[in-house]
Amino acid sequence: MAVNEEKPKSDVSSSFELKAASFTLPIIRLLDTDVEAVAARLGTKVEKAPDFFHNTPVVIDLGSLPEGAGEVEFPLLVGLLRGYGMIPFGVRGGNPAQNAAAEALELAVLRDSYLRRKKAAKETKDAERESESRAPAPQGSDAPIGLLPGRRANPGFMLITRPVRSGQRVYAAGGDLSIIAAVSSGAELMADGNIHVYGPLRGRALAGMSGNLEARIFCQDLQAELVSIAGHYRVSENIPVEMRGVPVQVFLDQKILRIEKL
Amino acid sequence: MARIIVITSGKGGVGKTTTSAALAMGLAQRGRRTAVIDFDVGLRNLDLIMGCERRVVFDFVNVINEEANLNQALIRDKRCDHLYVLPASQTRDKEALTKEGVGRVLDELAQTFDFIVCDSPAGIEHGATMAMYFADDAVVVTNPEVSSVRDSDRMLGILSSKSRRAEANEEPIREYLLLTRYDPQRVDSGEMLSVDDVQEILSLHLLGIVPESKAVLTSSNAGIPVILDRESDAGQAYADMVSRYLGEEVPHRFLHAEKKGFLSRLFRG
Repeated sequence: MAVNEEKPKSDVSSSFELKAASFTLPIIRLLDTDVEAVAARLGTKVEKAPDFFHNTPVVIDLGSLPEGAGEVEFPLLVGLLRGYGMIPFGVRGGNPAQNAAAEALELAVLRDSYLRRKKAAKETKDAERESESRAPAPQGSDAPIGLLPGRRANPGFMLITRPVRSGQRVYAAGGDLSIIAAVSSGAELMADGNIHVYGPLRGRALAGMSGNLEARIFCQDLQAELVSIAGHYRVSENIPVEMRGVPVQVFLDQKILRIEKL
Repeated sequence: MARIIVITSGKGGVGKTTTSAALAMGLAQRGRRTAVIDFDVGLRNLDLIMGCERRVVFDFVNVINEEANLNQALIRDKRCDHLYVLPASQTRDKEALTKEGVGRVLDELAQTFDFIVCDSPAGIEHGATMAMYFADDAVVVTNPEVSSVRDSDRMLGILSSKSRRAEANEEPIREYLLLTRYDPQRVDSGEMLSVDDVQEILSLHLLGIVPESKAVLTSSNAGIPVILDRESDAGQAYADMVSRYLGEEVPHRFLHAEKKGFLSRLFRG
């Protein structure tokens, strides 16, 4: 209120102004959809200049991906960037399916007018082909179940009652993920919120995908290959033996991943 | 309407073709009109196991490409009137299997048959996905060994997402587990995964346990489905499996190593 009083009270609309400004931002240009390769390269880069990347907003450029490179694993990629302290906030140069996937993660789709014009003709053709070939595809086991293009209404949580098998991926965008069956090794669970597993957890579980440091993983029987909260992860090798096979919770304490018995 | 059964595993060499031949023969012997299709285009084996390799004229791909009609390509089994074999092509590759073509052939078979058994190739590539796409039931053949169990698990994931039933949002494929090459003695000594170990990961309806048996190799080489060898343990296990598939309650056998009695030890030892 103090601020308002100092301002001339001429009219209500003067409480803000809408203006355009341009910023120079670092861009991460993806040349490959293999997030693990990106992780390896990025890790060494960040180590050299950790301050440079801390709290830096970045844009993910998809324009240089080879055609038919497969799906970009946005949840993993975003989790990775956040883990390094960056703030990924948008994508550019993606195809319609990639843009939809990015939007589902609440990333902005930046329109690059120059890029657009150049690719416009090709893009429309691609889009047509895309919509034809995509129609039956999204149910594929390799596509994260929650990440279907077209972004359905989000109830804020996701409940899975059948076993999550090796190779399947489940992503609960914007909420919690509850699973009341076994999660096999080789399966991957992702959620923006918490993850609850009421069966043996043998696969990977990544909670707080959108950077929520408060997210936790709860499970009845921890046998996971990897657990991660907001990009801070631990592989099975680093999970203490006494935590295996018992009910535990996984959470972040001062950015350190902790596993505690329940 | 026929019921379409896919025999699948992900991993190779676990006994898919042996199981396909046994299941098809078992169903046919019980009076069900059964067709068994070899989806392993390029590496056809089923005709050898069924002992009809000398009678192959046209094959599955010929029918898909409408170069032959079904009646020309189907080979009637000499031992059982209700059993027909549709062999795979040796000279094509798996891309020859189109969704439309396979769907059309299965539809046509479904008019006259009670059961259609699809022998899937190993792997999770095109041939395997085509074999399972139209299935109503799936028999996942697994060896008591970690890599086989994991591959089966992967296959189950694909079954639940990439089939016609999944895409049409119908009742999901019924999944059954068949454990083959089971050696109770090695299980007892802790060298091999037990049924419980496997079920802990896969948790499926257990259709049967087929013990490791010399009879399987002998029958395969002779072109006789092992289910016809009623003396052998594997033959009996497959017969039990067919009964269970048809809904009969049959207790599981071959779970434990035979205890050698005092006398047999005395005389054989």
